[in-house]
Amino acid sequence: MSTPNQSGWKPGSPVQDHNAMTGPDTVTGNRALMLEEPLIFEIGTTETTGVDLPEATSGSNRLGGLERSDAIGLPGLSEPETVRHYTRLSRQNYAIDLGLFPLGSCTMKHNPRLNEKVARMPGFADVHPLQPVDTVRGALEVINELAFWLIDLTGMHGVAMSPKAGAHGELCGILCIRAALEARGDARKVILVPESAHGTNPATAAFAGYEIEDIPANSDGRVDLDALKSRLGPDVAGVMITNPSTLGLFERDLKAISDAVHEAGGFVYCDGANFNAIVGKVRPGDLGVDAMHINLHKTFSTPHGGGGPGSGPVVLSEALSPFAPLPYTARTKDGVVHLVEEEDADAFSEEHFGGRMEHFGRMTAFHGQMGMFTRALAYILSHGADGLRQVAEDAVLNANYILRSLEDLLDAPFGHSGPCMHEALFSDKGFAEDISTLDLAKALIDEGYHPMTMYFPLVVHGAMLVEPTETESKAALDQFITALRSVAKRARAGDESLKTAPHYAPRRRLDETLAARKPVLAWEEPSPPGGTPTMSEQGGR
Amino acid sequence: MRYLPLTDADRSAMLEKIGAPDVDALFVDVPEEARLDGPIHGLPMHASEMAVEKHMRRLSKKNLAASDAAFFLGAGAYKHHVPASVDHIIQRGEFLTAYTPYQPEIAQGTLQMLFEFQSQVAHLYGCAVANASMYDGSTACWEAVAMASRVARGKKRKVVLSGALHPHYAEVVKTMAKFTDDEIAHAKPAMQAEPDNAGLMARIDDDTSCVVVQYPDILGRVTDLQPIADAAHEKGALLIVVNTEPVALGAIKSPGEMGADIVVGEGQSIGVGLQFGGPYLGLFAVRDPKHVRMMPGRLCGETQDAEGKRGYVLTLSTREQHIRREKATSNICTNSGLCALAFSVHMTLLGEKGLRQLAAENHRLARIAADKLAQVPGVSVLNDSFFNEFTIRLGQDARTVVRRLAKDNVLAGVSLGRLFPSHEDLSDGLIVAVTEATTEEDIDTLVSALKEALA
Repeated sequence: MSTPNQSGWKPGSPVQDHNAMTGPDTVTGNRALMLEEPLIFEIGTTETTGVDLPEATSGSNRLGGLERSDAIGLPGLSEPETVRHYTRLSRQNYAIDLGLFPLGSCTMKHNPRLNEKVARMPGFADVHPLQPVDTVRGALEVINELAFWLIDLTGMHGVAMSPKAGAHGELCGILCIRAALEARGDARKVILVPESAHGTNPATAAFAGYEIEDIPANSDGRVDLDALKSRLGPDVAGVMITNPSTLGLFERDLKAISDAVHEAGGFVYCDGANFNAIVGKVRPGDLGVDAMHINLHKTFSTPHGGGGPGSGPVVLSEALSPFAPLPYTARTKDGVVHLVEEEDADAFSEEHFGGRMEHFGRMTAFHGQMGMFTRALAYILSHGADGLRQVAEDAVLNANYILRSLEDLLDAPFGHSGPCMHEALFSDKGFAEDISTLDLAKALIDEGYHPMTMYFPLVVHGAMLVEPTETESKAALDQFITALRSVAKRARAGDESLKTAPHYAPRRRLDETLAARKPVLAWEEPSPPGGTPTMSEQGGR
Repeated sequence: MRYLPLTDADRSAMLEKIGAPDVDALFVDVPEEARLDGPIHGLPMHASEMAVEKHMRRLSKKNLAASDAAFFLGAGAYKHHVPASVDHIIQRGEFLTAYTPYQPEIAQGTLQMLFEFQSQVAHLYGCAVANASMYDGSTACWEAVAMASRVARGKKRKVVLSGALHPHYAEVVKTMAKFTDDEIAHAKPAMQAEPDNAGLMARIDDDTSCVVVQYPDILGRVTDLQPIADAAHEKGALLIVVNTEPVALGAIKSPGEMGADIVVGEGQSIGVGLQFGGPYLGLFAVRDPKHVRMMPGRLCGETQDAEGKRGYVLTLSTREQHIRREKATSNICTNSGLCALAFSVHMTLLGEKGLRQLAAENHRLARIAADKLAQVPGVSVLNDSFFNEFTIRLGQDARTVVRRLAKDNVLAGVSLGRLFPSHEDLSDGLIVAVTEATTEEDIDTLVSALKEALA
């Protein structure tokens, strides 16, 4: 029996017909399933609502004479229109659920849906942060149980759970360091940060009142231990080191670095953005780290949500733990988990810690990202000690597989220094003269992939940082490698069509310079000739 | 392990391609003595979906959910009804599992949504420009204080905080100020029907970079901000207004209309839910477009593509840490994208008409509650003005009363003793919040429980 598909083409096979995407113009601007969607301000009206509420009755009020009388200008849509508006918008996004998302240093792994279900249980989603503690013991247990795992996985002494994201956690760690130094009357001025660090590191240290100095790197991309040692002294509060580094390398000398920094009276902050590579394999506490934030949205897979919310608990060494901010949870000998806030911090420290707890203050209202804690805990329990170790191994295996499958076509500046960790770093060396990393990245979009991290770290020219994560199958990696090899060949050959990519995305290349030169950051009524009609007079759809 | 697709055969084939004998050879740069030789001791092994769900459900059940109680807590987090379609939309994988829109050609969904969100927040606050969100209200408040210092070019070191600012927000500002050497002028809240605006304005001087006022304030009072704005501007200071209940702005004047320079707040009420305090949604807006380049956080702006089609991108990123490093306006990297989406979807469902109705219904029920509570012997209502929360005095430590009532599933409110532990004289105060999710039956339950407790 013959198959109706005479050509034998199936998904994954190349498409060579250049004319497939060209056809007649459409009056709607749509292209079948590629649907254009106006702004809510263009389709909604201030008189439309998708919620049934009682009609407002006028009469007495107690608003202090401050009733709002101006037109607010908020458009409304009915429920069907609302669902369609956002569903149409969603289809203009790339996402992990659609394919490999190799954004280096961001750890875009699969988000298990069990975690979404768990976070929505009423005992977690529908509790107020200031309920009497006896009505939220289970929530406190979640925080405490997660804290226990984070401490154990990192080999540290304590953890501050409240920071809202990675950068907020960095700030928390640096403030702990500053508080510890001040407690011993030792004001120091300088934090050392390598050039390869995430921009948040120097920004955080500056925010906390420190001067920033670079740590030099050696020829294989790692911290230059001797240069670092010669810079240490009584003015250096600490160092901020990313391990594994943003070059995708493990800092072999981290223990020696820590020893030297401690010897000089400083502290070691480790940026834990790349913890996914070593979770269950190495404990940062064994390497002398004093503080490290953990991005729960990376290593422990809470969803990235189009840019947050994140969560950035900070694990702390014994020297820094007493300075952790309020609030914190603590399980006492009777098995009860307590919430320690301003109300009872001093008394609790006196009773249970011999007065050693000297919190530096508070970083946020309430208790941190509970909705992320429940998800991260479900993720950790699902994997267990054995599964988490496998996570790190598979993440590193996948990255090395990509590194070795591409290094003949893409320059791998540190490929000679041994295996990479969870991400593979390439440069634009070998591209035709007028082809850039940006061009390659945009061409990858046409192949159906989100590009890798571009132009970071800054120390590598035209950097491309590829982090596949452990949740990709070999088949998915092989297809990605095929696509990237093809694009890399075109970049080397100087294929001009790269410079106009992407061709098949919902938008062609967007003009970022124009956006910055004449910023339009909010909807404004177009001003038609004669009069200023309200949104409702302009009349909806 | 169900989330890990590689098979052992895959792993062998890949190791062969790499040229490594085993996976441990890939960890060769980890010093031998630091390598763990097997799964970490003391932790359980992997578990099935069913087992994990069961464990988490057991923990969940140890909590009293707001919907299972007569519920009156507010003070910065409010229980509102969130339409079912909001949660459906934020669970679409294209929103849930996307990241920061670094590649705008394949992130127009998130970007257009953020542009709409920014516009909604700007309109709500009576401001020109809002950013794409911050972590939460309290951190947005601190970022506003830091921005005011930048506007003053670091030449003014004093920050005047209203005593009626949420104490957690004040604590965050004070904590950060310890490290930036700003001087904080702060007092405890005056337990009066009206806030002590005269005292606040008297603390503004030539060295003041900003004045921070909550509206409605922590005790629920609604006060005219214009005189405070005038007093601040006279001394060259900025007025920062903090709003923790965005629904209120469907009923009362916007801070921008009364001269606020920076308006920040918590957006949790619209779309996000209680979630034991997070993740929430920081809102941040400026009234005058000239301040845009001093703002922290991400901004989404309109532009066009190579074919002339309208599109959106993240813009003015030269303010941000990934470009400016130690000279950035803030160290912030993530925003609260998915919560911003929830806010925007809920606000679109409401529209101006729905928001006004929602605000009116909140205020109506709050008036009923205030009137009924005023009749309880031993209870006095502090406020003349309020929106959906107000403060009552019980003549005894409110913490004790709150704990006692919780045993009968009545969550009566937030005691001032919990919020202001160092001020004994506030300890008989209780902040009571009432929303559209509160029924008149709930109010009657609270009234009779209080009658019994205070008798």
